[in-house]
Amino acid sequence: MTDAASQTASTPNLRPPSRFKEFWSSFKENRGAVIGLFVFLAFLLIAAFAPLLAPYSFDAQDRSALLVPPFWQEGGSTKYLLGTDALGRDLLSRLIYGARFSFFIGLLVVTLASFCGVLIGVIAGFAPNWLDTLIMRLMDIILSFPSLLLALVLVAILGPSLINAMIAIAVVLQPHFVRLTRAAVLTEKSKDYVTAARVAGGRPLRIMFRTVLPNCLAPIIVQAALSFSTAILDTAALGFLGMGAQPPTPEWGTMLAEAREFILRAWWVVTFPGLCILITVLAINLMGDGLRDALDPKLKRS
Amino acid sequence: MLSFLIRRLATFIPTFIGVTIIAFAFIRLLPGDPILLLAGERGVSPERYEQLRQQFGFDQPMWKQYLDYVAGIFQGDLGISFSTKRPVLDEFLTLFPATVELALCAIILATLIGIPAGVIAAVNRGKFFDQALMSSALVGYSMPIFWWALLLIIVFSGTLGWTPVSGRIGLQYFFDTPTGFMLIDSLLSGQSGAFRSAVSHLILPTVALATIPLAVIARQTRSAMLEVLGEDYVRTARAKGMSPMRVNGVHALRNALIPVITVIGLSVGTLLAGAILTETIFSWPGIGKWMVDSIFRRDYQVVQGGLLLIALVVMIVNLIVDVLYGLINPKIRKG
Amino acid sequence: MKKFLAISVSAMLLGSAASAANLVYCSEGSPEGFDPALYTSGTTFDASARNIYDRLVHFKHGETEIEPGLAESWDISDDGLEYTFHLRPGVKFHSTDYFTPTRDLNADDVIFSFQRQGDAEGEYHSMTPASSYEYYNSMSMPDLISSIEKVDDLTVKFVLTRPEAPMLANLAMSFASILSKEYADQLIAAGTPEMLNQQPIGTGPFKFTAYQKDAVIRYARNDDYWREPAAIENLIFAITPDASVRYQKLKAGECHVMPYPNPADLEAMKADENINVVSREGLNVGYLAYNTKVAPFDNPEVRKALNMAMDKQAIVDGIFQGAGSVAKNPIPPTMWSYNDAIVDDPYDPEAAKAALEAAGVTDLSMKVWAMPVQRPYNPNARRMAEMIQADFAKVGVNVEIVSYEWGEYLERSKAEDRDGAVLLGWTGDNGDPDNFLAVLLGCDGVGDANRAQWCNEDFNKLIQDAKVESDQAERTKLYEQAQVVFKEQAPWATIAHSVVNEPISTKVQGYKIDPFGGHVFYGVSLTE
Repeated sequence: MTDAASQTASTPNLRPPSRFKEFWSSFKENRGAVIGLFVFLAFLLIAAFAPLLAPYSFDAQDRSALLVPPFWQEGGSTKYLLGTDALGRDLLSRLIYGARFSFFIGLLVVTLASFCGVLIGVIAGFAPNWLDTLIMRLMDIILSFPSLLLALVLVAILGPSLINAMIAIAVVLQPHFVRLTRAAVLTEKSKDYVTAARVAGGRPLRIMFRTVLPNCLAPIIVQAALSFSTAILDTAALGFLGMGAQPPTPEWGTMLAEAREFILRAWWVVTFPGLCILITVLAINLMGDGLRDALDPKLKRS
Repeated sequence: MLSFLIRRLATFIPTFIGVTIIAFAFIRLLPGDPILLLAGERGVSPERYEQLRQQFGFDQPMWKQYLDYVAGIFQGDLGISFSTKRPVLDEFLTLFPATVELALCAIILATLIGIPAGVIAAVNRGKFFDQALMSSALVGYSMPIFWWALLLIIVFSGTLGWTPVSGRIGLQYFFDTPTGFMLIDSLLSGQSGAFRSAVSHLILPTVALATIPLAVIARQTRSAMLEVLGEDYVRTARAKGMSPMRVNGVHALRNALIPVITVIGLSVGTLLAGAILTETIFSWPGIGKWMVDSIFRRDYQVVQGGLLLIALVVMIVNLIVDVLYGLINPKIRKG
Repeated sequence: MKKFLAISVSAMLLGSAASAANLVYCSEGSPEGFDPALYTSGTTFDASARNIYDRLVHFKHGETEIEPGLAESWDISDDGLEYTFHLRPGVKFHSTDYFTPTRDLNADDVIFSFQRQGDAEGEYHSMTPASSYEYYNSMSMPDLISSIEKVDDLTVKFVLTRPEAPMLANLAMSFASILSKEYADQLIAAGTPEMLNQQPIGTGPFKFTAYQKDAVIRYARNDDYWREPAAIENLIFAITPDASVRYQKLKAGECHVMPYPNPADLEAMKADENINVVSREGLNVGYLAYNTKVAPFDNPEVRKALNMAMDKQAIVDGIFQGAGSVAKNPIPPTMWSYNDAIVDDPYDPEAAKAALEAAGVTDLSMKVWAMPVQRPYNPNARRMAEMIQADFAKVGVNVEIVSYEWGEYLERSKAEDRDGAVLLGWTGDNGDPDNFLAVLLGCDGVGDANRAQWCNEDFNKLIQDAKVESDQAERTKLYEQAQVVFKEQAPWATIAHSVVNEPISTKVQGYKIDPFGGHVFYGVSLTE
């Protein structure tokens, strides 16, 4: 990152670079992050235009073509590029539609978790001692359960469905946001500009959300990016255990669960959904790493 | 140090009470009447239903059920499994060694590979090695573990036939299991080949389970090393002409290890809590699989007791890690 | 691969060289316990009743007919209310390292085995904590048995409250296994009554040796068995919940018999020269029950039209993949009185559409309930519902698929005003048609196990008459007639009977598929 910093410094531009430009110039130095971004954007486009891209509907059954292998294998045909599943549904189409679910899941879970987490975190940071303690103890309690197990029990309570799985995962992810936000708020709170705002008579809510919060955002954004991939992974895991999206939803984890009985006979129904999960999660993590390097000033200095 | 311990314990107890309440409340919230599930397609008559409700204590008011439950905990009574009719604590203790064995093997594997990989990457920062290692680490970190485990089975058990598919030891071996750790028991049994069989059964689950901690440890080691390598004393040592091996290996690594140890400690907590996915896929008779099975079976008592015991394990491990960290790094104690 | 197989098989042989007759059964799950009276699952019965225990009467190996078991003979009084059993002398309970019997089986053991289930006040009732005797209750034993009396040491008399033709078959069921009273007394004296469920003592062909939870159960041959001792020396249950893994183990020679193969693997198994796949229709039926109390499903013509719209063959092929056969009657073909003369409704969407229009039904929307669990009679209800949805769409019927958590599903589907048709099924308990027709379609079952909420006077009279008739030929006629009424009225779409496929190693001799879905290893041997 030293290179990036010196480069920015040596640009003959007298205006201080805008925040975004500074971020971007630092982000684009990270080759992995850029690759991640492109893969992510590609998946995003696939998700957005799934009905146009998918050759078939995700639940169209062709009963004359059960478990057809991918086209390059003997017995496969270009009619179904990646083969079909046990009900004769086109695997490629299901994977394409699956991209929609994964992004929808990631987006919703992260929004839910970060919104609640940040809100609670800010409150804890400004709250009187007893409330702060209460909130943090509650978060400790949630964190003392393994997250997947907790999510599993929550889904068992709410009933297995995609929405409930997402809620459960948002619940187990949000303590991380609470902790992070609270820590950042506590650091910022003691700084001069906050004292100044307070002395100037700023209303507490304004100070909390307008003055302090924007300065705490960097680590929260990084956490949100990383949570995005966790959300996709955990929802897939719940789907795999039969507690997430329910068939015939083409969610990748659920597809894997359905395919499990064919593991020795039809490798493609097992391999491709997993590969999609891996690639998506990897791309997001690459981006997340890039974001962290670019946003986290501590690492930038080193 | 003492005051640090006391402060830490002071948060432990309310958290634990919170855990008991949550475990209790969750179970009451679970839909699905266990009595109806017990009856299945055959159904149960209303009189019989009432009778069973009384027998299981479901007719008591909620607060009474909770107090009875807490009173039970202090006597080591966590209830009785609906399905096996055995005490939950007994079941837990029977299955826990399998989980511990798997968790320890995984964490050892992850540490033995992760730390050197992290060091090598840090020392070769930006070079090919670094990039290759860190890319693999990121892939490992992003891995859907349930899929990875299936792939391992397809390749190593299915196609190559190198390892057994599931279980803890070959069936031809039969001996007492005084410790519950198959590796130790197989050695104690003196049966030839038993130990080898136990090891071969452990390999795939260990690899699957170690993948993510391995990636985390490697990444953490690398960044800790990078930070330390930039510090003054390392530069001084280098300037004084110490061999790179000595500088990196001894001075830098020793200091870089502090945060890494914390990461390892916390992973131990997570892994001991039962590797739900790995255990399920490899039919490993540990507590992760036990919990999943019990959730599906709606075995209230087991889910409730299991949640509590697992949270307790996580909390104790985290406490130990904190204390150890306090011992290594005096700065924390004051904070 | 081949090489590895050779190695692992030879390792297996080396390991077991001392005892050439170890049979390994890759079972599908852990038994809940070893006292069969406490449980209802087949997995638990396999591990207990079917191999460790005996009953007064037995089902013939691989059949649904009754033969003498611990009772050499029996007399039934003319009014059908008194059953007197004459016990076999000299039957020994298992001697193990935890129990040595001092006496042979006698009437006390028989009375103990039943009274502990019925008498809630007795000291034997709750030897196992949280015990409940669900099969005893669900087979109506508390109402049916008036008393059990000891006539002499080897004679026991059961007095019933009403004549009940299926009583003998009931006594051959797993819950009626005979346990040792002496052992129970000894456990109570030692203060460890719960061991009755953990370290079983029976009179059966195998005795319990050890159980490693969720991993292995071991049994040894009972050399003092009252019949010819078993051919197998050691019986090992390797608990392997995953079907593909069980197949792997069978291929690798690590087990000899496996239950519940993945339908997807059957073809490959049949092609494997080291594996025999034995098949038989299971004692079960999977069905779609309409709610005959809600319009338009109260009209038999509508029900029959929908049955014609359903491509059952495609469903069976797609869902069961060789492990099922199309059902036309509500009882399975392996059961006596099965009426094979009945002709099934043809698959004919055009005719179905016409019939619906003739009945004045247009723009029909309905719910189909899909079970959340796997059952032999329906391995994938969700997928089945999707196929029905597609079939019904072709005749202009719009289907919404709903599902609930299993306990709730069972309970809600009982409601008389239930909205929608329910996918469900039944597995036979005692091989008697009464156990299907009366329980699932009798008028008493409306609002309960009769999910079609169907009460037809003709049908009900036939099955009630058959229940008190003791002449088998007469009963058969009545049940055959009942099936005709059923087909005309079509309260269900009968979908499928499972076909039980069991891949076994070619070394295994004499293995027969149990019609009740059990796994019995007496009478089985291994060749090298």
